[in-house]
Amino acid sequence: MTMSEPQAARRATKARGAIWRRAFSYVLPFIVVGSLWQVAAQFFPPYLFPSLVEVFKRCIGILVNWDQLSDVLATVGRILAGLAGAFFIGAALAVAMARSQSANRFLSPILTLFQGIPALSWVVFAIIWFHGIEPRIFFIMVMTTLPAFTFQVLGALQGMSRDLTEMVMSFRPTRAKLFRVMIIPAILPDIMTAWKVNLGNASRVVVVAELVGATGGVGYELLQQQQVFDMAGALAWTLQLVFFVLIAQAVLTFIENIVFRYRAVSERTL
Amino acid sequence: MTATQPIIRLDQVTKAFGVGAAGASFTAVDRLDLDVGAGQMLALLGKTGCGKSTIFNMIAGLTEPTSGIVTVDGRNPFSDFDAFRGKIAIVFQNDRLLPWRTAVQNVELGLEMLDIAPKRRNETAMHWLGKLGLLGHENDYPHALSGGMRQRVSIARAFATDANILLCDEPFSALDEMTGRTLRAEFLKLVKENGKTAVFITHSINEALEIGDRLVVLKRPATIALDVSLQPDSTAESKEAIRGRIQDVLAS
Repeated sequence: MTMSEPQAARRATKARGAIWRRAFSYVLPFIVVGSLWQVAAQFFPPYLFPSLVEVFKRCIGILVNWDQLSDVLATVGRILAGLAGAFFIGAALAVAMARSQSANRFLSPILTLFQGIPALSWVVFAIIWFHGIEPRIFFIMVMTTLPAFTFQVLGALQGMSRDLTEMVMSFRPTRAKLFRVMIIPAILPDIMTAWKVNLGNASRVVVVAELVGATGGVGYELLQQQQVFDMAGALAWTLQLVFFVLIAQAVLTFIENIVFRYRAVSERTL
Repeated sequence: MTATQPIIRLDQVTKAFGVGAAGASFTAVDRLDLDVGAGQMLALLGKTGCGKSTIFNMIAGLTEPTSGIVTVDGRNPFSDFDAFRGKIAIVFQNDRLLPWRTAVQNVELGLEMLDIAPKRRNETAMHWLGKLGLLGHENDYPHALSGGMRQRVSIARAFATDANILLCDEPFSALDEMTGRTLRAEFLKLVKENGKTAVFITHSINEALEIGDRLVVLKRPATIALDVSLQPDSTAESKEAIRGRIQDVLAS
């Protein structure tokens, strides 16, 4: 049975309405927080609550000034390099731990110990141990995100379906093919989650690392704003990092939507 | 014993689980001798937990016997694991389709392991999907297929590699009776047409009588309690007599 024109038009209007409602539900929390801030800006001095217009101007100022934008890009680069390093080292460790009980017994306590060390301590260690800024920050980023990546990949490997693994093994795959057809697709959802979680952690840690041990980047710029009590500047620099995290999360979600399109979607949500 | 040259041989095979420092162990298979001839359709019958699946896993090379020797085509399927690539295919109790692959990609899985070129791989997979009545569903993901369709895909996956030996672990037990019966008939036809050697595990006497040209009944732990051959022209009376013997063995 085909749909009549008025029916189709009604359905299209309904769909458009749903999209707008969804978009509105996403921006509503930001509107509320922004409005509260703006109200506060009317009653407090600018060094405490600057106007959002001023913050917006400063944000644009950072984006159009290459010297300042390069600081943002440096921070983004450090986050991505640190996460990539931690992910590859963590994945290798997780594979070793999944394959060997002795490796698991040996590495698990070490990684747990690392997890207990505060990010600021790693910053201090890095300043003492390393000379250059980039090696210091890379080391801090790797050490703070490595345990989470390792445990998340290990969990994904250990949680793989035994039935499916046996089925694939029954075709006698080479190790490379086993990885390609079974292991990587099976653990990919957990890897994506690990990246999402660690991205947030890394963006917080990188600021601490730059604040103490760098001469450039968002963290360093935040320190400059703090020294002159410039709240609008501090907010503008913070927002650069927030925007980056939001964009990166959106990219990861976009990839998820493509890669995991095989997943069945229940009409009834949790 | 079989009249034809045995292609699968289990010689005094024992499989015990939980052997180790704890001491407690469970013997699933106890000094089992079993030969399966080339081209034979063996139905392995027994109660739940009698070690059928353990025998299956040992023949497939997925488990190593605790003692005794398992040979398939004269080689050890566990230690010579890679040598059996493309020679043994398995249809499992549940479909075990990879959820991230479409129906056709699932059927292509075994062919990928054999390094078959993508075009030929796709043609072969489509051929088998067609034979099993799944054309039009080749690009569907497993979640979009019914239980019967998914099991058809898994049968197509097993046949696509053209392996000489088919191992089937209660492949129709999770399906409703009608679907199971239809698929069983299709499966039997394909096995005969393609001259495969098949070991078919089941706990259903009817299914064993319908499928096997030889029936082996196992008692717990897996040792042979009854071994009978069925002729293609077996009468209903002779089948009933065999059914009675099987029931007696299973009841004892």
